[in-house]
Amino acid sequence: MTIDGGQRAAALAAEPLRPAGAQPGFFRGTVQSLRDIAAHRELLGLLVRRELKARYKDSVLGFFWTLARPLAMLLVYYVAIGKFLGAERVPGRETGIPDFAIFVFTGLTAWQLFSEIISTGTSSIVGNAGLIKKVYLPREVFPLSAVGAALVNFTVQLGILVAATAVLGRFPTGSRWLLLPLALAVLVVYSTALAVLLSAINVYLRDVQYLVEILIMILFWASPIVYSWGLVESHLSPMLAQLYLANPMTQVVLAFQRVFWVSGTDEPTPPDLAGTLGVTLVISIVLLWLAQRVFARLQSNFAQEL
Amino acid sequence: MTTVVEVRDVSKRFVIRKEKSLKERLVNFGRSQRHREDFWALRDVDLRISSGSTVGLIGPNGSGKSTLLKVIGGIIQPTAGDVRLRGRLAALLELGAGFHPDLTGRENVFLNASILGLSQQETARYFDAIVDFSGIEPFIDTQVKFYSSGMYVRLAFAVAVHVDPDILLVDEVLAVGDEPFQRKCMDRIRGFQQEGRTIVLVTHSLDQVAELCDRAIMLDHGHVQADGPPREALHALRTEFEQTWMDDQARERASAALTHSASLPSAVVERVQVFSGGKQVEAVPTGADLTFRVHVRVEDAMPGFFVGFGIETVTGQNIYGTNSRLLGTELPAGSGRLAFDFHAPAAWIGEGSYTAHGSISGPDGRELHRLVSGAGFAVTAQGRETGFVHLDTTVAPADRSLG
Repeated sequence: MTIDGGQRAAALAAEPLRPAGAQPGFFRGTVQSLRDIAAHRELLGLLVRRELKARYKDSVLGFFWTLARPLAMLLVYYVAIGKFLGAERVPGRETGIPDFAIFVFTGLTAWQLFSEIISTGTSSIVGNAGLIKKVYLPREVFPLSAVGAALVNFTVQLGILVAATAVLGRFPTGSRWLLLPLALAVLVVYSTALAVLLSAINVYLRDVQYLVEILIMILFWASPIVYSWGLVESHLSPMLAQLYLANPMTQVVLAFQRVFWVSGTDEPTPPDLAGTLGVTLVISIVLLWLAQRVFARLQSNFAQEL
Repeated sequence: MTTVVEVRDVSKRFVIRKEKSLKERLVNFGRSQRHREDFWALRDVDLRISSGSTVGLIGPNGSGKSTLLKVIGGIIQPTAGDVRLRGRLAALLELGAGFHPDLTGRENVFLNASILGLSQQETARYFDAIVDFSGIEPFIDTQVKFYSSGMYVRLAFAVAVHVDPDILLVDEVLAVGDEPFQRKCMDRIRGFQQEGRTIVLVTHSLDQVAELCDRAIMLDHGHVQADGPPREALHALRTEFEQTWMDDQARERASAALTHSASLPSAVVERVQVFSGGKQVEAVPTGADLTFRVHVRVEDAMPGFFVGFGIETVTGQNIYGTNSRLLGTELPAGSGRLAFDFHAPAAWIGEGSYTAHGSISGPDGRELHRLVSGAGFAVTAQGRETGFVHLDTTVAPADRSLG
C-alpha cells in the first residue's frame, strides 16, 4: 500500500472504463458472468466453508449430524419397507429386492444431494439478503456455495456407502464405475440449474421455498429409491414408463444403483441408460445456461426486493 | 485528471407494491396498477468523478444519496442510464455486512476481506495489521456473536480500511466506535486521500464534509441541486433545511391557529445588512466595528417581541448569537416595516467567511421567523491564527518568574 497518488492516477488512466454491476446482454452476458464467478472462486470456497462450519457450530457432535439424517432414513426404510412390507428378498422367497439396505442407501445418497442442493439453494439468496443489499458480488456465488456445501456432505455419505459395500463383500468393480461420473454430472448440473433458477424466483415470490419442500417430497416417491424399477415397470403402460424414465432423477438413481448395487445386476433395468443420461446431461447444461440467464435478468432488482 | 466514476443520465425508479404473496397477486391480478406506485429515487443524475478526489453526497433524508451510492457500487441497477468505473471498488455501506455470528473473528476477517475483494494471500499478509488496528486481539478467536457492538464495528472497519481499493464508497459508517477509534478512522481516511484513492462519502455530518471533501454534491428528491466546492453545496443544503424548518413552523402555526381560534401574530425578517464605519461592507479587517441591521415587517403591533441576530461559518457552525431580550433592551411595540441595529464596537473575529442571520420572536419566546444567511461578509487578518477569534497572541521563551 505504498503507491502514491501520481502512480495510482497513471495506472488508472491506462485502464478502460468498465460498467458497474452485471450486464444484461444475453450471450456476451454469459461470458461476463462466468468470468465474474471465476474471479470470485476463493470467496466461493470460503462461503462453502462458512456454510459447513456455521451449520453445526455449537453442537457437541457437530459434523456427525450431517450423517445422522440419511442413516436414520436408511433405518426407517429398511425396517418399515424392507422388513414389514416385505420388499427385501429373503432366502426361500423369490420376489423382493436383494441387499435391500445397500439398494436404499444408494438411492438415498443420490437423493440427499439433490434435495439438499434444491432446498438450501432456493433459500440462499434470501438468506444472504444482508450481504446482497450492501455489497456487489456476482450473486450466483450464493446458490453455488449451497451446491458446494451439499457436495461435501455427499462425499462423506458416498464414502460410507462404498465402505458398506466393501464390508458386505459386494464391492463394485470394473466397468460398473464408468456410469458414476456421468450420473453425477447429470445430478449436479440438473440440480444446480434448478437451484439457481429457484433462488432467483424465491426473491420475488417467497411461496416458492414452501412449494419446493412439498415438491421434493413428492419427487422422492416418483423415483425408484425405496422400490425397484422392476416393480414400476410391471405397473405402467410403455408410454407412462417412458414418462417415468424421463425424470432426470430417476435416471440418476438407476445409474447409481447400477454402480453400487452389485446384487441387483440381474434385476431389470431400462435399456441404454448411459445414452439416456448423455442426452439428459446435454439438456441439463442448456437448462443451467437458461437458468443463469434468467437469474442474471432477475438479479438486477434483488437489492430492492429483499 | 482521469475520470474513475462516470454516471450518465442515471434514473432509478422504485415500484412500491403493496402485496407480496401469490394469493394477493392472483386476487389482485388485472387491478394491479392500483396496487403499485412509482417512486423516482434518482432523476437524470449525470456526473463524473475524477481520480484522487473526495466527494461528499449530501441531502435531506430520502433524497437519493444512498441509492446513488448503491448504483455506483453496482448493487442496484439503474432504470435508465449507466455507470462506468475504472479500478477496484470497495463499498462500505454497512460495516460487517458479511459477518457471520457463528464464526470467530479470525474466520470472519478472511470471509469479509474476500467479500470486499481481497485474496486469501493478501488477507493473510494484512491479518496482523487488521487485528492490530481493530484493537481486539484477545477476542479474535471468539465467535463474533459474543462481541459488543463496538468490537464488532471496530473489526469490520479494520478489515474495510485494509482492502486496497481505488474507489471507496462510504455510507454513514465513519461515526463508529469511541473517540480515539474515530480519530484513527479519520487519519486512515486522510491517508487514503494522500495515496490518491477516490472516496465517495454519504454523510449527514456537514462538518465532516467541510473537513474531508474537496467537492460536495447535494441531492434533493433525486435531482442534483448543487455540485461544486463543499462551501456552495453546504450552503444550498442549509438553506433547504431552514426552508423545511420554516414550512414546519408555518404548518404548526396554522394548526395552532385552528385549535386556538385566535391567530398568532405574524412577522418576518426581510433582510440583514452589515455596516462598518458607517458604510455597508462585504469584507472587514478583524477588530473593526460592525453593525448588523435587521429589517423586519410586523403585521400587528405586539408588545414584548424581540429580535436577534447570529454569525455562522459557511458550514453552519454557530459562532455568535444574541437578541434584544438577552441584551436586556425592551423594544418599542410597533407595526409595519421596522429596523434594528446591533452594534459591536470591536469585532475580533478570526479570519474567514461568515454569514449572519436575523430572527424575530414573539413575546412567548417562540421564534416567528428566521432569515438564514441574511448577509455574508468576510473577515481579513494576517493569517497568524486559525479558529474563530482573534487574540493577537505572541510567543516567547517562558517567563519563569510567572511561576
